Amino acid sequence: MYDLIIVGAGPAGITAAVYAARKKINCLVLTKDIGGQAAWSADVENYTGYQFITGVELAKKFEEHIRQYDIPIHQEEEVIKLYKQDKAVIIETVKATYRAYTAIVASGKRSRELGVPGERQFLNRGVTYCASCDGPLFAQKDVVVIGGGNSALDAALQLVRFCNKVYILNNTDHLTGDEIAQEKLFKTANATVLNNTEVTAIEGEKFVSGIVFRQNNQKKYLSVQGVFIEIGLIPNSEFVQGVEKNSLGEIIVDCSNHTSVAGIFGAGDVTNVPEKQIIIAAGEGAKASLSVFRYLNQHNL
Amino acid sequence: MAQSVIIYSTPTCPYCIRAKQFLKEHNISFVDYDVSSDQEKAEEMINKSGQMGVPVLDIDGQIIVGFNKEAISRALGIA
Repeated sequence: MYDLIIVGAGPAGITAAVYAARKKINCLVLTKDIGGQAAWSADVENYTGYQFITGVELAKKFEEHIRQYDIPIHQEEEVIKLYKQDKAVIIETVKATYRAYTAIVASGKRSRELGVPGERQFLNRGVTYCASCDGPLFAQKDVVVIGGGNSALDAALQLVRFCNKVYILNNTDHLTGDEIAQEKLFKTANATVLNNTEVTAIEGEKFVSGIVFRQNNQKKYLSVQGVFIEIGLIPNSEFVQGVEKNSLGEIIVDCSNHTSVAGIFGAGDVTNVPEKQIIIAAGEGAKASLSVFRYLNQHNL
Repeated sequence: MAQSVIIYSTPTCPYCIRAKQFLKEHNISFVDYDVSSDQEKAEEMINKSGQMGVPVLDIDGQIIVGFNKEAISRALGIA
């Protein structure tokens, strides 16, 4: 039986593990991968201490930090179920079942799917959710970015550097991403923003050849080879049972990272904490571990 | 042991970096093509794998898409 099991190894999970190690809490980390969403960020320019660092490098720094301590990290071990039973938190993964006095859920978020015909069929055949990974493969090609928030603008600004033409398909009447990014985009010759659009299908033979959408009650078609879907994120919280969540599926935590169930804590993007930022997730992870430490002491565990 | 190991990757993809780390940890020599800058190799990768996601590994002609540790180990004979 562990004192603490941390689910996830993004900024929140890793920082929680560092704090747990320093408090000598008997701890295990279960995770699909290390770095979480941070590893997929292109450029990070707002993590204090680094004026500029790529997401990959920052994730590597996180990993180096946690490896300084003797904390077991089980990678590629996805959690299927997490719930409280009597005094223990039970955690079932694809490989085994674990018991702990406490758990910190720091499982982050994942890309939201569009839910249109062709999306799954053409995954990695023109459809992608990661502009920084797959973008360069679309050099000199025409592509479309779906979305109007910061992640969509970020993707578009990466793609305009090497793609022939970049269309931004936004489903509201104006973009919602940061003004600075919008200004940059409007100044870019090979970018076109199409507002009030609703994508209805992604088409092609073996690879994507075009996208069908509606705009002002008109059915339209764009011939493109790449479709970058950037319509936000959903929390990886389905496996957590018996814990209160909000309408977005985020785990509800108080300012000390307690959930509605004693012994189960939450940290980072999977929770209802305002603002999803690497530095905030890291801070939340620290707070969660300190709360666990207090909880274990109070309950003489 | 495998004779020829090729990896098609981009510098910004976390799984490409992981895959290369994995090969190095097992002392496997490999040829790395950066498909973000080498258009010809990008086409070659798409032809071989029938898709556009990175990384793609070619281990003695066996094509593996993504950082699939088990499949890579099996193809390398280090499982």
